[in-house]
This record gives sequence, C-alpha cells and structure tokens, in this order.
Amino acid sequence: MSDNKIKFTIDGKECIADEGLDLWKAAMLNGVFIPYLCHMKDVVPAGSCRICTVKVNGRPMAACTTLVTKGLEGAVVENDTPHIEEMRKMIVELLFVEGNHFCPACEKSGSCELQAMAYRYQMMVPQFSYNFPLREVDATTPKIYLDRNRCIQCKKCIRSIKDDQGRSYFAFYKRGHKLDIHIDHELAATMSAELAQLAMDGCPVGAIINKEKGFDVPIGKRKFDKEPIGTEFLNVTKE
Amino acid sequence: MSKAIVATASLAGCFGCHMSLLDIDERILKLIELVEFNKSPIDDIKEFTKQCDVGIIEGGCCNSENVENLIKFRKNCKILISCGECAIMGGLPALRNFIPVSECLEEAYLGGPTTGLCNPDKIIPNDEELPMLLDKVYPCHEIVKIDYFLPGCPPRADLLWDALVALLTGGEMKLPYEVFKFD
Repeated sequence: MSDNKIKFTIDGKECIADEGLDLWKAAMLNGVFIPYLCHMKDVVPAGSCRICTVKVNGRPMAACTTLVTKGLEGAVVENDTPHIEEMRKMIVELLFVEGNHFCPACEKSGSCELQAMAYRYQMMVPQFSYNFPLREVDATTPKIYLDRNRCIQCKKCIRSIKDDQGRSYFAFYKRGHKLDIHIDHELAATMSAELAQLAMDGCPVGAIINKEKGFDVPIGKRKFDKEPIGTEFLNVTKE
Repeated sequence: MSKAIVATASLAGCFGCHMSLLDIDERILKLIELVEFNKSPIDDIKEFTKQCDVGIIEGGCCNSENVENLIKFRKNCKILISCGECAIMGGLPALRNFIPVSECLEEAYLGGPTTGLCNPDKIIPNDEELPMLLDKVYPCHEIVKIDYFLPGCPPRADLLWDALVALLTGGEMKLPYEVFKFD
C-alpha cells in the first residue's frame, strides 16, 4: 500500500484515503456508506451488480472497481443524490424481473441482500415486466444446492469460496444475462459444512442454500427483519 | 361524508391477503364506519351492484375467469390496488410458468400418484363451462392498469390498514420498515 494520501469529496464531505484502495472501501473508511450487493471484504471486486454506482466528476462509475489514484485527487464524488438513488432502484428492479425471485418461497427471505435493497428503495413493484426465464436447479452436490432462479450473476461465490489450494468451487459459463453459475462437482464432494455455510451466507440472494437444515431462524429474527441493510455498517463506522 | 365503497376479489390467490385484512383486529369496527363493501367474498356479494371507489385484488391471473373478473374490477372501481405478492408478480402459482400447460395438466390429472383411482378414464377436464388456463400466470398490472401496490405475503394488516386509511382520508401513508416486507 502506498503512503500517498489522496483527497476528494463525497457529497461535499472531505475525504482522505490511501492511494490504491478501491473507492468503496475508501468511502467506508471515511464513514460514507455506498450500497452494494456483489462486493465483499478481502475479495477482488468485480463490479458486476452496479448498485455501488457513484458519479465521479459527473461520470457514473462502480465504486468497487474505481481505484483511488492520483487522478482522483480533488474529485467530486456524488453518492446520495436523487438521480443516483433512482438509478440504483432501477438496477434492483431489473435484477428482480431478470430472475425468478419468489420471496415467499425462498429460504433466504429476510436475510436476502437483494430483498433488503428493495426494502431500502421501497420497491412496491418493478417498473419492468417479469421475464420468468427458464433456469435450472443443481441439487447434486452433498452439502449445498444451487438455485439459479434466484442468482443475480454477481460471481461472489466464484471469487470467495475456494479450497486451501485456491481452487474455486464455482465457475461460470457464458456471459451477460446468459451467465450460468456451475459447481465443480468433484471439488464440492469434499466441501466442509463450514465452507457450505460461508457460501450460503456470502450469497447476496438465495441461490446457494445449505442442505439438511433450513428455516432455522424464525421470522422476526432474520438479518433484515428489523434493521435496514447498511445499519450494521453505519454502527461500525460510528464506533 | 358518505361511506367509500370497497370491492375485493381473490383471483389466483390463497385468501391469505383477505385473512390479513381481517387481521386488523378491533379496527374492523372502525373500517365498517369508513367503508361499505360491495362485490367481495367478505359479504358474499357476487356481482357489482354499483360503482366502487376502491378495488382490492388478491392473486394474479391464471385463467380466463381471473382475467374477466379483473377487467370487471377495472371498469367498476375508481382505484384498483394489487395486494400481495401473487397479484404483484404471480407468486407461488407462477412457479408453473416454466412448465408447459399441457405438462401441468398431465401431471395433475394423468401422471400424479393419486390420479389412477379417481380418474380411471384418464380425462383432462375440458368442459366449456370451465375457465381456460392461461399459458402463464400473469401479474395483475400486466393485464389492466393498477393504481397502487401493497407487497407482502400476505401484506401486513397494519400496511393494509394504513393504506386504506390514507386513501380514504386523503392523508399520507406511513410506511414503517417493519410492515414493508415481501414475505
């Protein structure tokens, strides 16, 4: 990490961050919350969900893949503006119509980050028509099953769930809206219960679900039942 | 002030949203002061007898009868509300959207584990009195114009109450985090 400090503003707030950080993390260290779905601590950002879109000198950029460099010195970053929040809401709506998100029937409901994001933006109904794409479920591995109906193709599982040699348990076929997540069946046969839990908890939706137990957190005690998404983060930065 | 007239219907739904409307507890007495029910399973009036102010729709559209009913509601109600996940996105009935209708019918009437005994002639019901199944289950707003949406499975009683009161009194709707849920 470089010792160079870069100064910029987010919504008028003076921020200072180390050169080389990504803008999302830099904002967090300065006490600014940028909503996100596909980002994760200690994992290479992919910029796939675009929820963390901010405007850097008027130009929309994904905060997680924008690096704090000398070019950002003195930049004006917009985060919490009506236009950007409207764009983010639209992305959430697109994600809802692009897959098959049957919240009442999903085990992740209540702890789902996509759903929590829809709560944040008070999405009564998506403004786009539902696609109802045909997607397959893979329940052939011993510890987890993969329900692609709920997948938002963020590739967080590919980036974060790896064995001790660094091999990914997940991989993808095709690109864009046709992107399909697949499990390495040979590797998944050796998956530990802890890793399976990590995979399920890491997935921002209910695409990866643990087998052999379910619905063990009662309604009212799930992650986003009482507290909006981002509350946890704001509590950390206040301390 | 004359009472507002409310109509309700359950299309491809489970009546859970209607149950949630009844779940407003003692406020139901106040509701009766505020509104008069017309066509609704609550008072069992089968056809519209007058123009209504508010129509509350539960469930999506899975067959021709649902569509006819929904169009009637649009014609007879000034304001139409999609209530619950099924009305908004098809809900659980829409899980059949990925399976051709013929396969669904074959599974239900021919291939299912209990059909052998009660359907020995292997008949798929096709009487013209029966509503036709649609190719998919459709959200209500893809069939007619819907004015308001109340999500939830079912929408919380407090959400329904707040929405109705806001609508009838012209006030602003409260939308606390705890009552705005999709499940």
